[in-house]
Amino acid sequence: MNDELLEEYRWLQNRRRFLNRSAVGLGAAVLGSLAAQRATASLPELPHFRPRASRVIFLFMGGAPSQIDLYDYKPGLEEKYKQPLPEDIRDGQRVTAMTDGKEKLIQPSIFKFAQQGKCGKYMSELLPHLSTVVDDLCFIKSMRTEAINHDEGKTQFCTGSQVQGKPSLGAWLSYGLGSLNKNLPDFIVLNSAFWSGDQQNVQALYSRLWGTGFLPSKYQGVAFQSAGDPVLFLSNPTGVSRNSRSKMLDLVTQLNHRHAAEIGDPEIQTTIAQQEMAFRMQASVPELTDLSDEPESIKSLYGPEVEKSGSFARNCLLARRMVERGVRFVQVFHRGWDHHSALPAKLRGQCKDVDKPWAALIQDLKQRGMLEDTLVVCSGEFGRTVYCQGKQNETDYGRDHHPRCFTAWLAGGGIKGGIEHGRTDEYSYNIVDANGQKTTRFEDDAVHINDLNATILHQLGIDHRRFTFAYQGLDQRLTGVEEAHVVQKILA
Amino acid sequence: MRLIASAFGLWAVAATVRLHADDSISYNRDIRPLLSDRCFACHGPDEGKREGNLRLDLADDPLGPFRTAESNSVDGTKGNSQAIKPGHPDQSEVWTRISTDDLSIQMPPPESGKKALTLEQRDLFRKWIEQGAKYEKFWSFEPLRSQTHPTVEHPNLASNRIDQFVVASLKKHGLEPQPLADKRTLIRRVTLDLTGLPPTREEIAQFESDNSPDAYEKLVDRLLGAPQHGEHWARHWLDLVRFADTNGMHHDHYRELSQYRDWVIRAFNANMPFDQFTTEQLAGDLLENASIDQQIASGYNRLHMVMDKGTNPPQESYTRNVVDQVSAFGTVFMGMTLECAVCHDHKYDPVKQKDFYQLFAFFNNIDGDPETPGREQQPPLIRLPSPKQSRNLGEIDSQLASAKSIVNQLKQTLNEATAAKTASEAKAKADAEARVEAVKPETITKSEKAQESTQAASKPDAEEPSPEAERIKALTSQLKDKEEELRRIQSSRDELQREIPLALVMKERADLRPAYILKRGAYDQPGDEVTRNTPSFLPPAESSGNSLTRLDLARWITDKRHPLMARVTVNRFWQQLFGVGLVKTSGDFGAQGEYPRHPELLDDLANTFIDSGWNIKSLIRSIVTSQTYKQSSRVSPEVYINDPENRMLARGSRIRLDSEVIRDQVLAISGLLNSEMYGKSVKPPQPADLWRTVSMVSSSTYSFKEDTGDKIYRRSFYTFWKRAMPPPQMTIFDAPTRESCTSRRERTNTPVQALLMMNESQYFQAARHFAMTLLKTQTQGGDRAQAAPSQTGDSNRLTIAFETITGQLPKDAELSDLLHGLNSFREIYREDVEAARAMTADLSSSASTLSDATLSSDADRIELAAFTMVVNALFSLDTAKTRE
Repeated sequence: MNDELLEEYRWLQNRRRFLNRSAVGLGAAVLGSLAAQRATASLPELPHFRPRASRVIFLFMGGAPSQIDLYDYKPGLEEKYKQPLPEDIRDGQRVTAMTDGKEKLIQPSIFKFAQQGKCGKYMSELLPHLSTVVDDLCFIKSMRTEAINHDEGKTQFCTGSQVQGKPSLGAWLSYGLGSLNKNLPDFIVLNSAFWSGDQQNVQALYSRLWGTGFLPSKYQGVAFQSAGDPVLFLSNPTGVSRNSRSKMLDLVTQLNHRHAAEIGDPEIQTTIAQQEMAFRMQASVPELTDLSDEPESIKSLYGPEVEKSGSFARNCLLARRMVERGVRFVQVFHRGWDHHSALPAKLRGQCKDVDKPWAALIQDLKQRGMLEDTLVVCSGEFGRTVYCQGKQNETDYGRDHHPRCFTAWLAGGGIKGGIEHGRTDEYSYNIVDANGQKTTRFEDDAVHINDLNATILHQLGIDHRRFTFAYQGLDQRLTGVEEAHVVQKILA
Repeated sequence: MRLIASAFGLWAVAATVRLHADDSISYNRDIRPLLSDRCFACHGPDEGKREGNLRLDLADDPLGPFRTAESNSVDGTKGNSQAIKPGHPDQSEVWTRISTDDLSIQMPPPESGKKALTLEQRDLFRKWIEQGAKYEKFWSFEPLRSQTHPTVEHPNLASNRIDQFVVASLKKHGLEPQPLADKRTLIRRVTLDLTGLPPTREEIAQFESDNSPDAYEKLVDRLLGAPQHGEHWARHWLDLVRFADTNGMHHDHYRELSQYRDWVIRAFNANMPFDQFTTEQLAGDLLENASIDQQIASGYNRLHMVMDKGTNPPQESYTRNVVDQVSAFGTVFMGMTLECAVCHDHKYDPVKQKDFYQLFAFFNNIDGDPETPGREQQPPLIRLPSPKQSRNLGEIDSQLASAKSIVNQLKQTLNEATAAKTASEAKAKADAEARVEAVKPETITKSEKAQESTQAASKPDAEEPSPEAERIKALTSQLKDKEEELRRIQSSRDELQREIPLALVMKERADLRPAYILKRGAYDQPGDEVTRNTPSFLPPAESSGNSLTRLDLARWITDKRHPLMARVTVNRFWQQLFGVGLVKTSGDFGAQGEYPRHPELLDDLANTFIDSGWNIKSLIRSIVTSQTYKQSSRVSPEVYINDPENRMLARGSRIRLDSEVIRDQVLAISGLLNSEMYGKSVKPPQPADLWRTVSMVSSSTYSFKEDTGDKIYRRSFYTFWKRAMPPPQMTIFDAPTRESCTSRRERTNTPVQALLMMNESQYFQAARHFAMTLLKTQTQGGDRAQAAPSQTGDSNRLTIAFETITGQLPKDAELSDLLHGLNSFREIYREDVEAARAMTADLSSSASTLSDATLSSDADRIELAAFTMVVNALFSLDTAKTRE
């Protein structure tokens, strides 16, 4: 424990003593501490069974990376260059307004693939660092969604529903599992402030992606800012020192206690507890975001960008520091993956942003023994088409959105490493069963977003069917009304 | 919801008494919610999912609970059984299944994820069967029942009907109402509730000294007449109808709906009858000779989220819009969640999928594209120039017309001249060619080339410009000038056009689009065609012409025989004044919603509301003048724990203020509030880069630029609302994102809220501003803050501060806390003068409202810093953000 923390600790002890001495009545003090404890507790029925993971880091690649150019190796496609996509493969798939009615000519990936790790998984040359940890990763090649555009796609991925108004995964977890720590929020969102791939056509994010929908808003994700206060309104105004703030809170607490003694509302005790938590956050958050205590060896693992506030590299390192401190769910957003044109150049840039940090995060968690109970998930909102959109030649092409199959990878948290799950056809266009027949069935290893969510919940000790919240006449759940399944085959 | 109050959940469970004291079981109150929650999903209205040929939602259906069916009984033998045999629980299959611990036959089945019934719930069920298993029609779909109010003897009771109902119910439970709140609490409560702003000290003093018997009623009338009343209640409405300044999807571009917001304010202030208020929004555009205002009101139909052109298949966006409109209609006016029926028959309510698409057909005829055309405003829209703008526009248009005609004329003349020149040149060329005919063919090429080069070299002066060429040159330059002028006029017209307010409105196409049931809700899977109609389980709509119109739909929902709208509406007003409605699920009056806590009172309020001509102010007045509303909220912790949401109404409600009210109060108290009304949204400061972090670069709301001047002190109601990133000052205190209709805000209590109150720049600036005002206050202890402050002066200033912020006078102990606090801040800033200087650095200029002399010394700055911290503390009090 460093000196600053020790000092903080002593200060809090003194403060407690002061408050206990001056509290207006014993009852009030007892109520206060009770409220503070219960405010962070889990639902009584949770977990439903023994969890394999206690924390999740979700790396969301906004805009939808191309599975064909990164993970889903299709060696036969070169021969089909510029051939039209067979109608029986396309099979009525609805497409965006951008490529509707246009020619659909095959575009193989121009990037080299090679087998990596003990498992021998084929990986794109764009991901040399992630390739070094493939034995810890589980690739689900048969992810699927219904959405064909970003807004609905991201909303579905993050909230389980294309229609706005539903709580995000992180909000569900805060609501159900409560908190693992006393000084930080349960659910933190890290938005990458810049990226290399595509500067103009960059897809938007919406606060509903980390919102609470119909759940109480206290469960919403706290979005950390890359500039200014990491947590909104964290810093004291100019001229207000820590000492001055603490005196101010003494006065507030004293008056709040007096009021509580006159009016029986326990809500006042909650206010007192939350103000104390706010004060603790004023110390714990800067400690969290200050990387000066990280050794160079760790920082270099994440790469030089780690020094830049708002970089994906820094956010990955912050994510590790957060889960280390008991934050339940960290969602890191990276944007700029929507490559309708000039895909090769843009994808190269994007991979430079994320490849090293991805690998670093896995290694870093592993060497601390944290990978075992930290689940890492990485995905975009959908995949990209095998056929080209726009300009097409030997070095340049683009790809449109593709919902029928795409790749997500998971690591840690009780997920098998070094495996692939699910199959796609020779075009990476449809999910296929063991006999090569087109399928969307879970029994054939197709994994809907709801199945992925069910699996994430399962690893956290939650039966997704029983994890509900009554709202507008329904027992609402993250995984929706249709049946969803835990992907047992990928569990360790 | 008082979330943290559930901290005491354990105690509450132990102490909760069944809220109905007598022993008779009511189907609607006790049994139906259980059936709906645990059974209807498989044994309810949805034919597609019905199990075991049994439905429990209808008593007299062939598949209903009383039919006899062959069954396998628990011991494995076959026999006839009845799901429910009235009077005989032990011969009722339902009882067997819900009371058994054998998981293989237990209902609901464990794998359904639904919880087994508790012992208490089983007991209710058993009693209900014993008492004859009487079904009742679903309460909220039944006509309003006229109520004879109970007469209760009680010393404190006035003649208010509300009180009669409430006290009768309290008596039944052996409870007594609380005495009235003190006058200071009352005036703060009712002022905040009716206007969203706190009372001033002067208003408090005036009310305190008014000993007339109708002092309170006079106060209420003054508040109902205040323009701020309309703003405050319009805000509740805007939550419900999901009003925002951006489209909410994809680019999340800006859209212009502030005219609609202004209309809502005016409607509330003018006390527009609620049926008219409803009709003009749903179908203002269809009223005969629809006024501009009525067209603006129809902008209600445009408040849904909107997609950008060129992304989705347009038909998908179109369908999504209409589904959103139907869902809104359900939530806002029927208090029902219709959207379940987008894909299938409703599982709990009698809403068929067909019903949904028949309602869909009403909204299926907008005259415009479903998607937003980039940054442009999306038609249909109307432009609303002021008289002056109209005049200017007229002038510009006539300039434009004359410039255009001159340009056209010039173009024509120029064309003619060019044609004439070409003709004469062609003739000259032909003549020349004729001359060349004689020359030998071999030499032509060479000589021509030579000729050309000579010509090229000597062209400028060698050839005299022809008169035609001269004319063309002149004409061309004239045209250029005129075209330039035309562009200038056009751009000034564009500029004027941009300044002219516009409003997105609803407009019907001439011919009806056909509507279909969409299979599984998919826009590209049309099934049977449907025509406009209202749900069959409610009274039918009457058509004014050949087929039903949106206007007929509005008339149907506002018909006084309609069982839902009046109930839903009075319940929402009640909710805003008590923190929770008589039906807590104010957006769901269907089977999964809550049965009302005081059903007779609800119907009585609804009847009175209709009889008054849907008079909103009279409804609000009757509620806030009731003793029930005016009760004290000072009770023991046990009372709060036993009834955290005050459902019994055995005390006054204590409610955390909404985010907008919290901020407005801070601004009002400090004297910074700008009370200008109406107009476009404003942008008070917010932390940097919030928009940029989430937006597309080409969005019209990509970068946030805060407003300047006193715009930033407008009421929060006018704060710009970007759906993808609403103002954090609002959402942190539970404001909804306005993406979908919200009939009830949650109330939470979080550390980020505490940080906001302590550190937000405008809130802190307001604290400092108020501190300066305090320092300037003439007090008996000295006419202004002195370097050596006096005890009396301090006490007076602190008393003023406390009273302004809480509405109460500080008690001795509180005052002594404040004095102690003030002195410790003085100590801190004396030791750290630099901090005091830093806090007040920007106040050295003459822009300060204190004279320079006041802040001439460090002692003054220390005083200001110390008082600022005291005010900052008072703003953070629980009581400051709560209306007691």
